[in-house]
Amino acid sequence: MSLLPPLGAGLDAPGALPAQPARTPGPPLWLLLELTYRCPLHCVFCYNPTDFAGTGAELSTEDWRRVLREARALGAVQLGLSGGEPLAREDLEELVAEAHGLGFYINLITSGVGLSEARIAALKNAGLDHIQLSFQDSSREMNDFLSSTRTFDLKAQVAALIRKYDYPMVLNVVLHRHNIDHVGAILEMAERMGAQYVELANTQYYGWAWLNREQLLPSRAQLARAEAVTQAFRARVGNRMQVYFVVPDYFEVRPKACMSGLGSVFLAVAPDGTAMPCHAARMLPGLELPSVRTASVREIWYDSAAFNRFRGEQWMKEPCASCPERDKDHGGCRCQAYLLTGDAANADPVCDKSPYHHLVTAAVARAEQAVAAAGGAAGAQALRFRDHRISIPVVPETPAARR
Amino acid sequence: MSGIAGSARPGLGHGLKLQWEPAQDAHVLLFPEGMVKLNGSAGAIMSRCDGLRTVAEIVADLERAYGATGLAPDVEAFLALALQKRWLELRE
Repeated sequence: MSLLPPLGAGLDAPGALPAQPARTPGPPLWLLLELTYRCPLHCVFCYNPTDFAGTGAELSTEDWRRVLREARALGAVQLGLSGGEPLAREDLEELVAEAHGLGFYINLITSGVGLSEARIAALKNAGLDHIQLSFQDSSREMNDFLSSTRTFDLKAQVAALIRKYDYPMVLNVVLHRHNIDHVGAILEMAERMGAQYVELANTQYYGWAWLNREQLLPSRAQLARAEAVTQAFRARVGNRMQVYFVVPDYFEVRPKACMSGLGSVFLAVAPDGTAMPCHAARMLPGLELPSVRTASVREIWYDSAAFNRFRGEQWMKEPCASCPERDKDHGGCRCQAYLLTGDAANADPVCDKSPYHHLVTAAVARAEQAVAAAGGAAGAQALRFRDHRISIPVVPETPAARR
Repeated sequence: MSGIAGSARPGLGHGLKLQWEPAQDAHVLLFPEGMVKLNGSAGAIMSRCDGLRTVAEIVADLERAYGATGLAPDVEAFLALALQKRWLELRE
């Protein structure tokens, strides 16, 4: 699945305490288990590694249960079960039951493919708290095209089942050039389906989305229209539905506080047991990621070099090292810094203080031209669909040979 | 004014969970992909919102537990905020 969770959402709300300072790491409050890379969909914006086909065997049920126990003992409490498609794991119900018994709040992040009524009932019984269902668009044609499958009708049936079994319903739609103009129809679809929360998550450019960036990045006018439509929808429905609009950071001049700082609150485990301080971190060169097969979650979180690498500020270069805003955004996203500049320790080039910021504005300028040339309905013939039969290494835009 | 009747019975919003987390030394409100760490007074109020007790009973219980009086305005102000955020909903 494709969404980076909205970390820290609500942490600064009134009645809440301020986040802990990053000096001594707090517990890994958010645990994301990517149970499998298997997935029936072929989404063009998937953040999974583009070479996932070459990764090792999936963890066993007992391995995952141990990870759950160890992480919970450290204080992990929000659990995401994702992938790939987590329903591809036949032991999903068993893992949910274990997590529920441990006191996790359990989020299933799914395409809906494989979610029969028997399974949704079994998951409810096991203690699953919430289901996030992805749609690729509001229409059957676009949904099915963008996922390279025929799944729209099935997803609509799953949405009805989610409501029938009284789960809070979160619809997630990843936005990009080819569907962002349909935001109004997407929101109306969500309303008809009885969604409580809608996440309109603009594509973040990692994994397969990075390969397809030139075809996916919207224009500024598209973005402005989508935001205006979302605002009008929010004004109409009030607090009956919560609509999150995740802005694409390429249009910003300051970077996002990615993961609230790497190694601060978030721990992800890949299907083969590789532990990561963010979903995309396995592409970072020189970061020797530990495995839950050979280390405890405690050792991984507190002691491993990989999780300590980007904690605090020691790793920062200029312009971050002396920046008055470094506490706020932690230098932005390490993966984006690597993909655009070739060096993960550079400032995220989304920041207009970065000497590489022109790479971001140039990508946006190319998107403007492409959208204008296609009259708004951009051609999609060059899209590369996620596929286990092909394995593509990620290459940064600017190799860091000079540094 | 918050406009919440003393006879209303606030309970947790749909799909939300409230629990004490020793690792955070706080009550934590959990909801789809979100988490709010509550401060002491917010935790004390929220943990009494079980959909059974009325606002008046919650206020009385808090005043007893903390040896205080005149808590109603503070409690009602917090409840109004929590209702607006859908952390709580009112039951009849």
